Amino acid sequence: MNKQKDATIPTIPFNALVSRWFGRNLIRIYAVLGFTYLFIPVLYTFAFSFNDSGKSNLVWKGFTLDNWKNPCGAPEVCTALGNSIKIGLLATIFSTILGTMIAFAIGRYAFKGRSSSNLLIFLPMATPEIVLGASLLSLFLVFHINPGFWPTVIAHVMFCISFVVVTVKARIASLDPRLEQAAMDLYANEFETFRRVTLPLVAPGIAGAALLAFSLSFDDFIITNFNSGTLKTFPEFVYTSAARGIPAQANVIGSAMFILALLIVIAAQFVGRRVKVSK
Amino acid sequence: MSNALTKVKLPYLLLLPGFLFLFTFFILPIINLAQTSTQTAIVGGDTGQYEQTLAFSNYITAFTENKEQFARSFVFALCATVLALAIAYPLAYAIAFKAGRLKNFLLVLVVAPFFVSFLLRTIAWKQILGEKGFVVPTLRSIGIIGESTTLTSTSFAVVMGMTYNFLPFMTLPLYASLERIDPRTMEASGDLYANGITTFRKVTLPLSMPGVVAGTLLTFIPAAGDYVNAAILGSPNTKMIGNVIESRYFKIVDYPTAAALSFTLMAAILILVTVYIRKAGTEELV
Repeated sequence: MNKQKDATIPTIPFNALVSRWFGRNLIRIYAVLGFTYLFIPVLYTFAFSFNDSGKSNLVWKGFTLDNWKNPCGAPEVCTALGNSIKIGLLATIFSTILGTMIAFAIGRYAFKGRSSSNLLIFLPMATPEIVLGASLLSLFLVFHINPGFWPTVIAHVMFCISFVVVTVKARIASLDPRLEQAAMDLYANEFETFRRVTLPLVAPGIAGAALLAFSLSFDDFIITNFNSGTLKTFPEFVYTSAARGIPAQANVIGSAMFILALLIVIAAQFVGRRVKVSK
Repeated sequence: MSNALTKVKLPYLLLLPGFLFLFTFFILPIINLAQTSTQTAIVGGDTGQYEQTLAFSNYITAFTENKEQFARSFVFALCATVLALAIAYPLAYAIAFKAGRLKNFLLVLVVAPFFVSFLLRTIAWKQILGEKGFVVPTLRSIGIIGESTTLTSTSFAVVMGMTYNFLPFMTLPLYASLERIDPRTMEASGDLYANGITTFRKVTLPLSMPGVVAGTLLTFIPAAGDYVNAAILGSPNTKMIGNVIESRYFKIVDYPTAAALSFTLMAAILILVTVYIRKAGTEELV
C-alpha cells in the first residue's frame, strides 16, 4: 500500500523541499542567529585587542601583538585590574561562606521563619542595582565612612550572598537523602556524615556559586561606582575612559578573561566526567 | 536534651552571620534611604547638607519632574524583556532538545560572553553601530537607512544593548525549565493527534512557565534600573530613571530627590513583580 502511495505522489517541487528544510531546521537556524548576536561584540573586542591603535582604539590601524605582549602598557589598566581581582576574591570568599551557611539552614532544616528567610534572600535580587548602590552609599555617608576599597568589598559581598544561596540551595535540594542515611547506618556520626558525604556532594554547587560570585563581582559597575570613591576597578576604568577611547590593553584583558574562563569551565567538565567514569 | 536543643538552634546559628550582614548592609541602608527621601536642604547650609522635615512632597516633586524618564525606563525594560524572550526561548529550546552531545558546550557558550566585561561589550556595540563601524555605511549604501540616520544615540540602540546584556539571564532559567520537561509528554501529545503548534501551546509552553517567569523577572528588574546602556548607547533624549538618580547623587548632590526616586522605582518594580507573579500563577520564585 505504501508503495502505491509513493507512486501516486508527484515529485515534490524544489520550493516545497526548501521550505520543508527550513521548517525542520528553523529552530537551529534561529539558534545560530542567537549565538551570532551574542558573540559579535566578543569577537569585536577580541579583534581590536590586536589593533595597533596608539591611545584611542576606535578605528582599525593595523595588526600588532604588542598589546598582548605588554598588557600593562597602559598602567592604569593593570592597577584597575588588580583592584578588581582583589575585591573579587575577597567578596567571593566572604559571600560563599555566608551564603553556603544560609543555604544549608534553609535547604536542610524546617524552622520557624523559613519563608521570611527566603524572602530576605530574594529581596536583594529584586532590588535594582542602583537602589542597592545608592542606599549603601547613604549609609556609609551617615557613619562618615569614606567610600573606597572595603566599602566596595562589603557592597559586593552583600549582592553576591543571594546568588550563592540560590545556587548552593539548588544543589542541596537535588541530593539523595538516602546517601546520608546510609552513612548514618554505617555508624558515621552527624559530623562525619556531613564531612565525608554531604559536603563532597554539595562541593560542586559551592564551587559553581563561588565562580558566579567572582564573575558578578568582577563585572559589577553600578554598585561599585557608588561605593568605590576614588578607587578604580576595571569596569570603572573602562567606563570613564570610554569617552576618549579605551586603550587596546583593556581589550586584551577582556579577551584574556574570556579565554581563561572558558578554559576553567572546560577543565571542570573534564574533571566532572572523569569523576563520573571512575565511579 | 542539650543535643536536641542545639539541633533546634542549629539553623538559626547558620543563618545568623549572613543575616546580620544582610541586615546591616541591605535592610539598614534601605531604611536610611527612606529617611533621606523626606529630608530637605538646610537653609543656609552647604551643598549636600540636609535635615529631616518629613517632606513627603519630595516624592510628588521627584515623580512629576521625571515622569518621562520613569515611563521610558519601564517601556524600554518591557521592550528589552519581550525581545530577550523572543530570542532566548528558541535558543534555550534548541539547546535543550536539538543539541544532542553539544548541549553542555552550547550552554557554556551562552554564559561565555559574560566573562568579557559587559562594559567592553556595550562599548563594542557602540563602535559597531557607530559612524565608523561597518553596519551604518552598509545599511546606507543599500538604502535601508537614510544618509542622516544614525543607529547610536537612539532608543533602538539602548533597547538593543539592554536586550543583549540581559540575554543570558533570560536564557539560563528558560533552559533549566525546558530541560526538565520529559520529552515523552511531547510525544504523547503528538500521539494524541496534536500538531507541532498545539503541542507547543498546550504542553511545552505551560511546562516551561516557571522559566519564563524567572527569566522575564531577571531581565526586567535590572533593565528598569539600568543606566549604563542609556549612558553609552543613548543620548540625552533617551535618559532613563537610573541616569537621573545617578546624576542627582553625583553631579547635583541632591540626596533626598535621588532617594525618593530610588524608592519610587523600587516600589513600582515590586508592585509590578507581585502582580505579574500572581497572574503568571507561579509562587515558586527561586
